[in-house]
Amino acid sequence: MADLSCTIAGIPSPNPFWVASAPPSDKYYNVERAFKAGWGGVVWKTLGIDPPIVNVTSRYGSVELNGQKMMGLNNNELISDRPLDVNLAEIKQIKEEWPDRAVVVSLMVPCNQKDWEYILRKVEGTGADGVELNFGCPHGMSERGMGASVGQVPEYVEMVTRWVKENSNLPCIVKLTPNITDIRYPARAAKTGGADGVSLINTISSIVSVNLDSMSPEPSIEGKGTHGGYCGPAVKPIALNMTSEIARDPETLDLPISSIGGISNWKDAAEFISMGAEGVQVCTAIMHHGFRIVEDMIEGLSYWMDEKGYQNIEDFRGLAKKNVVDWQYLNLNYNIKARINQELCVECGLCFISCEDASHQAIKMKKHDGSRSFEVIDQECVGCNLCMLVCPVENCITMERVDSGKEYQNWTNHPNNPMAVTETA
Amino acid sequence: MPQTPDIQKGRLSTQQLAQNFEDIHPPLDYGNAILEAQRCYYCFDAPCVNACPTQIDIPSFIRKISSGNTRGSAKDILSQNIMGGMCARVCPTEVLCEGVCVRNTQESKPVRIGALQRYSTDWLMEKGDMLFERAPSSGKRVAVIGGGPAGLSCAHRLAMLGHEVVVFEAREKMSGLNEYGIAAYKTVDDFAQREVEFILSLGGIKTQCGVSLGKDLKLSELKSEFDAVFLGIGLGNVNQLEIGNTPLGVFSAVDYIEDLRQASNLENLPVARRVIVIGGGSTAIDIAVQSKKLGAEDVTLVYRRGPENMSATNVEQEFAQVHDVKIRTWLQPNSWLVENGQLSGIRFEYTELNSSGKLMGKDEFLELETDSAFLALGQKMMHKIFELELEMNSGKLAVDENGATSQSGIWAGGDCITAGKDLTVHAVEQGKQAAIAMDQWLRN
Repeated sequence: MADLSCTIAGIPSPNPFWVASAPPSDKYYNVERAFKAGWGGVVWKTLGIDPPIVNVTSRYGSVELNGQKMMGLNNNELISDRPLDVNLAEIKQIKEEWPDRAVVVSLMVPCNQKDWEYILRKVEGTGADGVELNFGCPHGMSERGMGASVGQVPEYVEMVTRWVKENSNLPCIVKLTPNITDIRYPARAAKTGGADGVSLINTISSIVSVNLDSMSPEPSIEGKGTHGGYCGPAVKPIALNMTSEIARDPETLDLPISSIGGISNWKDAAEFISMGAEGVQVCTAIMHHGFRIVEDMIEGLSYWMDEKGYQNIEDFRGLAKKNVVDWQYLNLNYNIKARINQELCVECGLCFISCEDASHQAIKMKKHDGSRSFEVIDQECVGCNLCMLVCPVENCITMERVDSGKEYQNWTNHPNNPMAVTETA
Repeated sequence: MPQTPDIQKGRLSTQQLAQNFEDIHPPLDYGNAILEAQRCYYCFDAPCVNACPTQIDIPSFIRKISSGNTRGSAKDILSQNIMGGMCARVCPTEVLCEGVCVRNTQESKPVRIGALQRYSTDWLMEKGDMLFERAPSSGKRVAVIGGGPAGLSCAHRLAMLGHEVVVFEAREKMSGLNEYGIAAYKTVDDFAQREVEFILSLGGIKTQCGVSLGKDLKLSELKSEFDAVFLGIGLGNVNQLEIGNTPLGVFSAVDYIEDLRQASNLENLPVARRVIVIGGGSTAIDIAVQSKKLGAEDVTLVYRRGPENMSATNVEQEFAQVHDVKIRTWLQPNSWLVENGQLSGIRFEYTELNSSGKLMGKDEFLELETDSAFLALGQKMMHKIFELELEMNSGKLAVDENGATSQSGIWAGGDCITAGKDLTVHAVEQGKQAAIAMDQWLRN
């Protein structure tokens, strides 16, 4: 059986699955249930300086797609709304009772060194394994000069990270906001400031919908709404790209990453780890289905690793990273074309109409007596994958490689590239 | 129906009867409609559209359910088929739209098109929205004889196109077989009459009930009084069995279903302890199942050919079987068995196909005891109800592809024409197509 134990930003964990800093990790009761279910660690709901913040009611908004609930979720909640000492006491208790699990405490205080020193002393007293600096929350706190408003300024990220590292020996993870043009800059800043790792992505600024009767954004608070943080399965591709950006950046190549963003099952987790993450954090999937989903995550990942012959997480960590390249290094001589399996075809016509109206008119519809069939016109097919993607039948449309092994050529030296690097005599 | 010791009313309690005659396919609620709608692939040039006799753009109406455009969804349906609500309830979708759904190929489970169609049309009718407007008046007047699906569909389209229509109906209520012939559990809550109200709400359609052609109306007079005439007269007579004098206890299924549909209290409807139904169509299935639901202990449906030859679909046959109706095939009635003038059983002869495919008796017999029998052998046209010469074809009115009869200015549609298609949806389409052709003719 595969060994799932790992070390994330220097913090040992029995498996790579952590509960993200969020409502499921906001008190002893939840966290105990999470550990009983099998989660390897938690990042406790963000602590601030007393008096506690106040939340509004009507806090979550959801995006549904084709009957799938909560494809995307947003929220306008702030950090923990409980007194600091209550949280600290519960953190201490849970760490004592579950010594083998990772307990990381998320923090957000104003940008002055004194407040950071104050709260670090408090956290150190709990026996927690590390801290996560919440520089990501895009609503409510950012307007008060905390959260994403720090994460959006690399200089602040570096400054606060340095304060934390100078004032505490606790491993320090910096949680990044995706609400920024280039995620590599705050990641580099975190590293320069001495961070032991970064976690990403925090939520994306969003308004999920407008109620067309009341003209109120959702979630609606007495007819008004505000932007909230967006998360859930819909944001996974964004998180995966940002993970790869940091993992590939020469300046942050070795910076440990705890990935967050739409991770709902073991496959998602394996993708992030293969992209270089040391572990993952989960929230929306728990909010949707409860802590019990970790059982499948552990089992599914183990079985897959056994099947692939990976004995531990490090065996496959980062393997996909090297295959992410900039566009100009892709092989322009690679050529694939669509192939339609006539026996599997259910004659829905979606490949035809999508190619006809939106792509390259490369599928021909033939009418027979009472039925029809669809054929690819090879000369027109550019191998875009669209027909395969819209086809509702698994493996009915596949892409076949048709190039005759022509030499690799990328854009950097392509004749059509005015900036091509040509060999000089 | 006269009562005997074995033919009794009130076999079941009011409560039990009410439960038995509930809607067989309860409507989809919002959530389930959305879920089901999302199963539709939105096929291009979709097979279901081609399989619908009225060519409803099914992928489009289903997509509009998903998007919350229920009004647009209902409009897609009703602009092609003004009886989309009834057809959603009674169409044998398993041999029409749902039968060709591409989901069958993939997972043997078509999208529930009929149920979704009902969702949209019910929504609209509850809302009471007006979907259609009438074109400016043409000044033309059309007589429609028969207020069933063909006649109402024709009348509605004609009125939309700007003509004034008078519908003459022989019975007390409009809607033809929708009101008098379809099994009660397929169209609950007086739906047939609500649909008539919806159709008439367009305006431009007057109705006269209780007047019949041949008795109160003369075709030649209507022809001269109106600019055009549409015959949607259905089939007035039922086919009989020629096996000797019919004893007491043998009934017409069509008549009995009519009584059932019009009964204010099902407890007053006598039903036999043991029932044999002779026939293989939807009416046979309906009378068999309804007998069971009224409290008959033992119901057997007997058909002279194989199950695959029955015009009742597989789904209908299974529906009967799960309602504890026994289906026996390859048996033809040979003679009535009678005790004291009352039916006591039926002697059947086993049948087979000979080498040239003709149905033959095998000279082997089977006697089945019963207290009553229902004949469901199809219907035929009433004779001599019109004095004008109209060309006939196989005992029905001969028409061209637009429903025009051999007499200029007279169209026909529904069960009285020779299309060989006897579903509600066919009648609606024939009425609609005739109206479109009549409009062209009236304007030339």
